[in-house]
Amino acid sequence: MKPSRLASYLPFVVVGLAALFPLLDNVYYMQLLTRVLIMAIFAMSLDLLVGYTGLVSFGHAAYFGLAGYALALMGPKYEAVSLWWSLPAAIGVCALFALITGTLVLRTRGIYFIMVTLAFAQMLFFVFHDTKLGGGSDGIYIYVKPEMLLGDFKVLDLENRDHFYWLALILAAGVYFFLRRVLGSNIGRALLGIKVNEHRMRALGFPVFRYQLASFTLSGGLAGLAGYLAAVQYGFVNPEILSWHQSGAVLMMVILGGMGTLYGPVIGAFAFVMLREVLSNQAWFGSWAGHWQLAMGSIIMLVALYMPRGLAGLFVKPVVTEAEEEAEDE
Amino acid sequence: MDLAFFLIQLLNGLQYGLLLFLVASGLTLIFGIMGIINLAHGSFYMVGAYLAWSLSSLTGSLSAAIALAIPLTVVLGMGLERLLFRHLYQRDHLYQVLLTYGLILVFEELRSLIWGDDVHGVAVPELLNYSIPLTENLSYPVYRLAISTVCLLLAFGLYFLIQRTRLGMMIRAGASNREMVQSLGIDIKLIYTLVFALGIALAAFAGMINAPLSSVFPNMGGGVLIICFVVVVIGGIGSVKGALIASLAIGLAETFGQVLVPEISGMIVYVLMAIVLVWRPQGLFGRA
Repeated sequence: MKPSRLASYLPFVVVGLAALFPLLDNVYYMQLLTRVLIMAIFAMSLDLLVGYTGLVSFGHAAYFGLAGYALALMGPKYEAVSLWWSLPAAIGVCALFALITGTLVLRTRGIYFIMVTLAFAQMLFFVFHDTKLGGGSDGIYIYVKPEMLLGDFKVLDLENRDHFYWLALILAAGVYFFLRRVLGSNIGRALLGIKVNEHRMRALGFPVFRYQLASFTLSGGLAGLAGYLAAVQYGFVNPEILSWHQSGAVLMMVILGGMGTLYGPVIGAFAFVMLREVLSNQAWFGSWAGHWQLAMGSIIMLVALYMPRGLAGLFVKPVVTEAEEEAEDE
Repeated sequence: MDLAFFLIQLLNGLQYGLLLFLVASGLTLIFGIMGIINLAHGSFYMVGAYLAWSLSSLTGSLSAAIALAIPLTVVLGMGLERLLFRHLYQRDHLYQVLLTYGLILVFEELRSLIWGDDVHGVAVPELLNYSIPLTENLSYPVYRLAISTVCLLLAFGLYFLIQRTRLGMMIRAGASNREMVQSLGIDIKLIYTLVFALGIALAAFAGMINAPLSSVFPNMGGGVLIICFVVVVIGGIGSVKGALIASLAIGLAETFGQVLVPEISGMIVYVLMAIVLVWRPQGLFGRA
């Protein structure tokens, strides 16, 4: 078998192995891995914008956090809400918000785009921080996790850590294969074309704005999926999940892993969550663990300076950069 | 709302707006001339405030602290430009965002290590520590008027520097064509270093003079940074005039918003930004 054939089976192998992880019965690492999977969905959704559509959003936490608030506000307080409708509804709210903000922010490019996405995310932050709508700066507790019932049968019990891990794994794998399908289709090629040369695509008759808006909306919806899961895992939402530090962290995951590839954000999410866990480990770093952001900030700066293609770039060249280089050669 | 109360809010709004201008003008200059998006700009505002606090408690006088702190921030700005920002001029904005985001984290932790995590107050200088009575129970502090005056003088100075001096001519030329300026024998690297240091010093100075009013606290740069982004977006990137007008508009909108509609005052500036984006995506004074 050719190595490329082997590589195409690799995601299935990784998902298969990951599905067996709960058998090790290590609660601490399983919760950590659950967080990695959720962040991987979040990072993949941002990579769709940054790596494949050429739009650098610095306000992606808005959609992540909004889904959490949607879940907290939609359900009854002391009873389980059904995941079958609350998850699609939360994703829908985020996609709708992305559609509305997208029509505004897509009027801008470059530096403006970065600043405007950030500003809209901050606007949402203040909506939940300053008004009583979402419990102010304290946020809201989600006392009961959503339930997945088919008739009377519990498909997955989300109070059970193993089950929740499997759900996150299924959804992360689902997002990966879904995006691979979309980006491998003509839509993906069109997005890539827009990233490389927007004017040429317009000249070729592609409705550039509509493609970008579709990408922005899909990206917002998928970020919402991640945010919903995160809210279920933490058991509460507060304005911090919409803060610009969250947007910065997820952008770091995309770059650290390698943008313009789908496995890059997954590797990036894994590396970022683990790095944070290691750097803030008091047993290893003592009182410096409280200042873990000093080391994290330095690493972020080094990655920006010396590793523009991220960890994935150490092994392979993403298809996007190849296309861009070809365009430059012409 | 009676006249005296209205007057006080008006002056407060103008003073806040002028202070925003000091931070935003540096941001817009660095964007416009060097093409750099600097998320860490708010950190320099914070550094300025902390320097004002620690040096004024050392020397016992805010003016002495400011006189000592300004050269320090200029050196800091020049050093960072040489060490870090110089490597980013030709790079995608994405990496500028990432690097300056990392820089924010580093600055916050260094602040925590050097100065701790407490909130500190800074005393208003004796000379300016009185108020002008407006009515029986309303008065206006002279220190706020002094801040507004200093900011206005700096705004005029900046205008003069950029539009009327030889250096300003080189800066403007460098913004429109870097290679051409360089081939005419002008040291564009030096000009970039100067512009960057100027922007940093302006932000830090804003932090210093505002320290007695806002007090000094962790993460104080973040809020200012984002409001200044809104200012730059509304005014148009690279336009100092746009930054001035947008700063004043935002300052007034936020001040009156807090008085009239406190529940939604945090959102007013963003709604303002959204309106400008629909109407003129390149900002009021930006080039299309």
